[in-house]
Amino acid sequence: MELHRFPGGIHPEEHKKESSSRPIHAAFVPRKLVVPMRQHIGQPAKPIVRVGDHVLKGQMIAEADGYVSVALHAPSSGTVTDIGLSKVPHPSGLPDLCITISTDGRDEWCERTPVDWRNTDPAALRGHVRDFGIAGLGGAVFPSSIKLDPAGGPAIHTLILNGGECEPWITCDDRLMRERAEDILEGARIMQHLIGAEKLIAGIEDNKPEAIAAMRTAAQKIGVAIEVVAMPTIYPGGGGKQITKTLTGLDTPSGGRTTDVGVQVFNVGTSYALSRALNHGEPLVSRIVTVTGHVLRPQNYEVLIGTPMSELLLHAGEREGLTGIIMGGPMMGFDVPAMDVPVVKASNCVLAKSKELFPPRPPEMPCIRCTQCVPVCPAELQPQQLYWFARAKDLGRAQEYHLFDCIECGCCSYVCPSHIPLVDYYRYAKSEIWAREKEKRLADTARERHEFRLFRLEREKKEKAERLAAKAATKKAEAPALSTAEQDAKKKLIQEALARAQARKAAVTPKNVDNLPPEKQAEIAEVEARRAKIREIAKQPVEPEQH
Amino acid sequence: MTASAHILQKGSVTRVMLLVLACLLPGVLAYAWHFGWGIVINLVWASLLALALEALALGLRGYPLKPFLADGSALVTAWLLALSLPPLAPWWLTLVGMAFAIGVAKHLYGGLGQNIFNPAMVGFAVLIISFPAQMTQWSAPLSLAAHPLNFGESLSFIFGGGLPSGVALDAVVTATPLDTVRTGLLQQHTLGEIHAASHVFGSIGGVGGEWVAAGYLVGGIALWALRIVPWQVPVAFLAGIWLTAGFLHWADAGRFAAPWFQIATPSVMLGAFFIATDPVSGSTTPRGRLIFGLGAGFLAVIIRVFGGYPDGVAFAILLMNLCVPLIDAWTQPLVFGEAKKK
Repeated sequence: MELHRFPGGIHPEEHKKESSSRPIHAAFVPRKLVVPMRQHIGQPAKPIVRVGDHVLKGQMIAEADGYVSVALHAPSSGTVTDIGLSKVPHPSGLPDLCITISTDGRDEWCERTPVDWRNTDPAALRGHVRDFGIAGLGGAVFPSSIKLDPAGGPAIHTLILNGGECEPWITCDDRLMRERAEDILEGARIMQHLIGAEKLIAGIEDNKPEAIAAMRTAAQKIGVAIEVVAMPTIYPGGGGKQITKTLTGLDTPSGGRTTDVGVQVFNVGTSYALSRALNHGEPLVSRIVTVTGHVLRPQNYEVLIGTPMSELLLHAGEREGLTGIIMGGPMMGFDVPAMDVPVVKASNCVLAKSKELFPPRPPEMPCIRCTQCVPVCPAELQPQQLYWFARAKDLGRAQEYHLFDCIECGCCSYVCPSHIPLVDYYRYAKSEIWAREKEKRLADTARERHEFRLFRLEREKKEKAERLAAKAATKKAEAPALSTAEQDAKKKLIQEALARAQARKAAVTPKNVDNLPPEKQAEIAEVEARRAKIREIAKQPVEPEQH
Repeated sequence: MTASAHILQKGSVTRVMLLVLACLLPGVLAYAWHFGWGIVINLVWASLLALALEALALGLRGYPLKPFLADGSALVTAWLLALSLPPLAPWWLTLVGMAFAIGVAKHLYGGLGQNIFNPAMVGFAVLIISFPAQMTQWSAPLSLAAHPLNFGESLSFIFGGGLPSGVALDAVVTATPLDTVRTGLLQQHTLGEIHAASHVFGSIGGVGGEWVAAGYLVGGIALWALRIVPWQVPVAFLAGIWLTAGFLHWADAGRFAAPWFQIATPSVMLGAFFIATDPVSGSTTPRGRLIFGLGAGFLAVIIRVFGGYPDGVAFAILLMNLCVPLIDAWTQPLVFGEAKKK
């Protein structure tokens, strides 16, 4: 098979040997599991259990909330002790909604029901995928049910199983392919069934010969038509657009996705999880995690989601001089805000830091436009220009220069002789743009609402006027419609009522003036006359005062 | 809480700058070999001035001294300016030049990485406009000088202005080949006559000067091999000179010197590999660098041949520095997957 070279890339020290020689260590059950609701891209899951509920392993504890979301399950049996904010592995360091389970140590499964995927309607099958909690385990944790939906996009001709694992230190996919290749390929079968790709390729970097051999053997054994390809080891060769270029030669359009050129890419871990879910009825409650770096026994563990990272470190042998934990690899990973944050679906690696392995970044110097970042950028951007624009908050120009094509691989920060944390600047610019767009959307909505209100008031006024006019017209039109007899009767009634009222008025005579002497009577008459005169004057129009 | 890579390739601004200095050494050695101690004294003097002025400017701006003095950028400026000045330039000439280079061109524009113009070339331009007499007193190659100055004599000439008794200025300095050509042409001589009448011409360029140029070329190629400078700028710069000079020479060989002669001067080789390639004040895109180099080469010859100054390289590069924002904006390369979109 002809391979193609994607642009850019670097060759950092691999550090794979440390953890790749030992087999995957079986899962252990910690006393407490903390399951964050936001482990995937999209809407966080919605809790469906209450504090005090007893849950079994694999039981759904939170449901998918909307289309871009997946469900979450109890990683082990136990009791729900808390539903609230807790520390999560996120670069922001902000706590998030989590369900805490106090485990009972029995690790008792709920009933596991495999799905007969060959005879299930595709839409229903994708619903199962979502309810089994399957999201991309390569790091992006995008809900797999959406990626497995071929509707609405260009036809997918090639399905790529991504076994690149290009980040230094990480070996979880390597070990998974070596030990559990058959399940990976069974998962790929389901994917191929759902998205209808003719071609199935597994891309594995050539620093993992054992994994390549294991995948080939397994494919032959279970009869899956797949091409297992050894790719050159170049970081970031495992990026979606990069592996697509390497294996198919297709350039993903700027601003687009690999599906635009008919290629869908899944991480091998996701494929494995899919097979475990549909073929064995096991929802995604654990994943393989590389625990490496500054520990005594670097190794891969099958870890229950929600396991505190600090407990993992204890298992791998904590060492003196630990300075922190990176979740993920040294290129794209981030420092977790606390040692005891839980392992989540995105945690492919728990990398223990020491001063020797990860010395603090030297002070940042000014950019001298040396452009060493340009030839290593896999998106063929001008990182130094984007840096200037981000610094100057010239967000429009940053977008013009394709800021959103940046995959944040970190190659530019790796080579920068001025030690500028370039990706931080790009992330800042991106989040600023998102925030501004959100603000603009809100402002637009508010303006539209206001404009609609004005329009509505105007319309109501007009409608009211029309209604009144119509009413008046009908009244006029209706008035002659009354028969003269009816009118006469009405008039008569009115006149009678008036007559009665006048009679009543006449009958009532003032009593307090009845027996007054004549001079008083005359006085009253005089007063009455004066008042009448005043009333007369008051009735006359008054000249407006001149100022 | 950084999202950028947690690991770094070995490398620093200091390393870049020191490599530039190292690659200047072949040219410097050839210079000292052919022209004597003057250049060595002036390099040391300019370096001391650079560090002092840099420290002063950093102090005034409230910047930390250690990282910025250690970055080596001031030393590169000092060497580039010293190598552009006559090797026996008086001490105050270097001082004025460095003050403008470091103080105005670099720090008034915002310091390292912010300068629009190459600082050394700004210093040079100020001097050649303000002190034309001193700027044309070039030491004669040792092989041609009536009295080659030794170290002590060079030192006292640079700092005291005094020559050993009985030695006239003419015995020490001489017109450069470019000056000789210019003066000869003004006196209505043809190039052939000028060459025949003077000893300053070597096999391609000037005596000694051509070897200095060769030294810069060797260092420049090393700089490219080390991936410190891109190939586009020097290649385009030399091509610009070659094409422009070649066209003029083809049009009138009696009036316009051959392209080889134009290229084999120290200023051209220094400009091509060490000054036009200054990343801060140069273009950053591949096509932009070609345009930048070609433009600078073209202007250098035009200014040399038709202008009033003995050399045009500095002005040519400064003029092209001005055009960089425009060039960069025009020559943005396509990003990955962009061509397909259209």
